Amino acid sequence: MDRIKAIIVKEWREVFKNKFIFFTVSFLPLMITALPLGILYFATGSENFGGVTTADLPPQFSTLCGELSGGDCMLYYIVTQFLLLFMMVPVIIPMTIASYSIVGEKTTRTLEPLLVTPVSTLEILIGKGLAGIIPAVSATWIGYLLYAAGAHIMVDNPAVVGKLFDPLWMTAIFVVGPLLSIFGVSIAVMISSRVNDPRIAEQISGIFVLPIVGLFIGQTMGLILVNQQFILWMAGILVVLDSVLFYFAVQIFQRETILSRWK
Amino acid sequence: MMNNGPIIQTTNLSRSFGDILAVDRISVSINPGEVFGLLGPNGAGKTTTVRMLAALLEPTSGEAYVAGFQIGKEDQKIRRQIGYLPEAPGLYDALTAEQNLAFFGAMYGVEEISRQIKRYLEMLGLWNRRYEPVATFSKGMRQKLAIARALLHEPEVLFLDEPTSGLDPQAARLVRKFIAELSGEGRTIILCTHNLDEADRLCDRVAVVNGHLLALDSPKILRRKIFGRKVVFHLLEAKIDFEQVLLAFDFVSEVHLVENKILVSVEDPENNNPALIRALIEAGAEIQFVGELRRRLEDVYLELMKSAEGINNG
Ligand SMILES: Nc1ncnc2c1ncn2[C@@H]1O[C@H](COP(=O)(O)OP(=O)(O)O)[C@@H](O)[C@H]1O
Ligand SMILES: [Mg+2]
Repeated sequence: MDRIKAIIVKEWREVFKNKFIFFTVSFLPLMITALPLGILYFATGSENFGGVTTADLPPQFSTLCGELSGGDCMLYYIVTQFLLLFMMVPVIIPMTIASYSIVGEKTTRTLEPLLVTPVSTLEILIGKGLAGIIPAVSATWIGYLLYAAGAHIMVDNPAVVGKLFDPLWMTAIFVVGPLLSIFGVSIAVMISSRVNDPRIAEQISGIFVLPIVGLFIGQTMGLILVNQQFILWMAGILVVLDSVLFYFAVQIFQRETILSRWK
Repeated sequence: MMNNGPIIQTTNLSRSFGDILAVDRISVSINPGEVFGLLGPNGAGKTTTVRMLAALLEPTSGEAYVAGFQIGKEDQKIRRQIGYLPEAPGLYDALTAEQNLAFFGAMYGVEEISRQIKRYLEMLGLWNRRYEPVATFSKGMRQKLAIARALLHEPEVLFLDEPTSGLDPQAARLVRKFIAELSGEGRTIILCTHNLDEADRLCDRVAVVNGHLLALDSPKILRRKIFGRKVVFHLLEAKIDFEQVLLAFDFVSEVHLVENKILVSVEDPENNNPALIRALIEAGAEIQFVGELRRRLEDVYLELMKSAEGINNG
């Protein structure tokens, strides 16, 4: 435990000195929170909004609205559109932190003195992982709370705001979010072992954010319905994916592998 | 821990990387308290050897015991017993000197970490700079901090991989002095170097390596026994028959004729020379000068490497 704590503190001391990382960790969630709030602001302010009926919405979505009226259902639709966008925060932040931290240790050759200590591979990975996951998950949760607060202020019908606290959102924010951050860290570990420039590591890792962007676009186009079932599937797939990826990350982080096979 | 036995023992320790045989069947025994040199040019396998002994790399074949524990089987126990200075100091630039040491202290689970940090930072003259980020440190200061890091947990065995390479002469001298002090405390030190002079000054015994073990002895004996000493005779005219005359002596191992000079390898010039001079005069030589060919240690070493290459290449 002491070792893991020491690793986390060390990572933060190092990584947050980097302005780019600081920017990513603070501004990305802010932007992703501000954007839907802005749209919500304009949506609630527009005049002819009351005339909307459920018929204007993607047909599958109206089933999610339950008792909500046409206009409120529209608002809920808008609010929920951004759930997947929120899910980018817990992937991108730990990816950035882990890429910089691992590639950084490689270029400054600080891994060897670390590996010669009795620290275990698992401790290193958990420490480095948590150093990325803790800020990522905190940023997601804070962003979500700000979003919910903003929606509460702007939307009159408490039933719409209440939807932000239904099991769909809860599972997404508190289960899928952390799972995505583990995914982000594992991907970053694998890529960092192959490249020597943190920016390249980050860019390659970025490819793995694309599926989420794809889902977001699919959802906007009405191809995908983000409902409880969808989120549970996402969580299930991520559990499997995370286990496999973390297993490989542990293999890649063996002393022997780092010193003989890393590029 | 084995009593009285060697603290490090390797048997045919080997490591290859793909087709490259980096370390080839090295067998050595290192005694507790010894300063043991691994001397060889770049690419001789020194780093690979100490990495195996420090439980960082697995041997391809052969085995080794460090502080009584077998590498590959009891690595965690070995890691607690050894200190290791890698080729590159590898410090966290954004962290202060103290934070760097505190971090590694936590990795080793050092109790009384503040006391240990103070002890070694004072000893190495870095105590006043403890709150400064390592990014501001000179090469020599970094190296000293990296040595402090290797000592925090009071290891029995200390591996130093090229501790003075890249340092200016003054910093190198300070580091050497500190190594000498450490060995005075009874620690076992394994010192990798390509600097013969450094090996000569610091080590009790030196293993000359180039992939495999070429020679192993105290620096003094190595120089004398393996390399011999050379006497040069300047003659008015050097004749080919003189070679046979000199080779007839047991203590002469080699004779070379170069222009009007004869180079003779002998074991003990002070005692052997009178007989050689007498024999040459009897054979009709007219001797102008006699002297010892002062070879720099570096030359001796290069020669050894060259002859080893000859053996390797068939
Ligand atoms: N990780 C590695 N991958 C491939 N080859 C390596 C690796 N490490 C060392 N070598 C090779 O092994 C040989 C010995 O290297 P090294 O142990 O670093 O020698 P030294 O420390 O004596 O300079 C060299 O030919 C080197 O290129
Ligand atoms: Mg080396």
